[in-house]
Amino acid sequence: MIEALSYEFMQNALIAGLLVSFIAGIMGSLIVVNRMVFLAGGIAHAAYGGIGIALFTGLPIFVGTSIFAVIAAIFMALVTLKQKENSDIFIGLIWAVGMAIGIIFVDLTPGYNVDLMSYLFGSILAVSSDDIIFMAVLLCIILFVLFFWYRELLAVSYDSEYASLSGINVKFFYTLLLVLSALTVVIAIKVVGLILVIALLTIPIYIAQNLAHSLLSMMFTSGVIASVFTLVGLWLSYTYDLTSGACIILVAGISLILFMIYTKLR
Amino acid sequence: MQNNEALISIENVSFTYEKEPTLSNITLDVYEKDFLVLIGPNGGGKSTLMKLILGLLPLQSGSIKIYNKKAKKVLSKIGYVPQNTNINLNFPIKAIDVVMMGAKEDKTAALTVLKEVGMEEFAQIKIGLLSGGQRQRIMIARALYNEPKILLLDEPTSSIDVDGQEQIYELLKELNKKITIIVISHDLSVIMKYANKVAHIHKRLTFHSLDSLKAQFTTGDEHICEVELLQMLGKLK
Repeated sequence: MIEALSYEFMQNALIAGLLVSFIAGIMGSLIVVNRMVFLAGGIAHAAYGGIGIALFTGLPIFVGTSIFAVIAAIFMALVTLKQKENSDIFIGLIWAVGMAIGIIFVDLTPGYNVDLMSYLFGSILAVSSDDIIFMAVLLCIILFVLFFWYRELLAVSYDSEYASLSGINVKFFYTLLLVLSALTVVIAIKVVGLILVIALLTIPIYIAQNLAHSLLSMMFTSGVIASVFTLVGLWLSYTYDLTSGACIILVAGISLILFMIYTKLR
Repeated sequence: MQNNEALISIENVSFTYEKEPTLSNITLDVYEKDFLVLIGPNGGGKSTLMKLILGLLPLQSGSIKIYNKKAKKVLSKIGYVPQNTNINLNFPIKAIDVVMMGAKEDKTAALTVLKEVGMEEFAQIKIGLLSGGQRQRIMIARALYNEPKILLLDEPTSSIDVDGQEQIYELLKELNKKITIIVISHDLSVIMKYANKVAHIHKRLTFHSLDSLKAQFTTGDEHICEVELLQMLGKLK
């Protein structure tokens, strides 16, 4: 493993893994406490539409996917705010339609030879320097939002009705959360893939939830836990030549089971 | 009896969710230091009226004025304790942070209101680890944090045992010396013991000042026939 660190792709993988872990820890915490896991899943899958369109039009994948995912997120925010009772149906709809759009555009792309599997299950070892910049920028944006609006986000997440009585623009923060979730999903796709992204956004958070006493500490505890999963998964993936995303998620899943047994026995 | 102007003035308010009206032509004045109880059957519109006062639901017809202004402009003068305090029990948040929620951070002020509701020592405890009654007190502390003039509570004792209920109402009685209280409750003994006014809401509103009612229904040994009283409250005009 030590000699592997001399390779640039390995260094990139490590940096990307840590960045994505902290982003997933922060955003995953917000997604879980707001009960938006299904929503985030919908955005993750809808994002595939962006991948298809980006391939077809020749746009950089990150750019195309981000734009598409953000539009899907805003659309989801609008329908779930307007149609609370039917929100499950609309999430499912956007989930499936987004993927269908992606598949059609990939079909239409001439000479298509991009590895679909790498989007479904991630390819952390193929992370480029540009990808890392994108991830770092997103982490900065998220930290910036937290720095200025932590108390508002906390109020909206814990009790949105009370937050609106306190004069907080609940709709704005709800939409902001979904947009940031969409961008998180886009970058997490690179590391664990869009099928597995939900695991990275929930498993570390579940463990942190039991350890943390505030939303803020939950976010950073989740980030640390996610980092451990990512690094161990990465090491397994490199050593045994296995798919990186699947390794990371299995490490996370097994850790969760052990943690649950531990808390039961304690 | 009061000559001063009404604190909350509700005029001809009607509200419809789908087709059937939930509230029809509600008119009600609330005065300073009133202890008003809203009673009525489930689905009768009590919570709806409270949410209209708070502006959580849009006003469809009629008018609601608080201090002669639109409700939205004086929200800081109103404290609200919602019905369900069992939401998000896994949420990692300490009691004191719930109290300061959505407002400026002031730990001293937060500890003062926590002391007022008898929960000072639980300030650093995670909200999910508290009992239903304790959580209710935290919610009351949160409502008091902004130093409101009016306190609205939606069934504050629905999830706690009898002793806990008594304590909550004793607390409200104490608070009532300074602020106006409007509370939704099903508990008639509470009404007789603590309230000075009762409004029965079942699509329409029937209003009672309790002094006359108590005279009518309290016999020498203070026994009250609850069924009879409930019928009275609904029918009297």
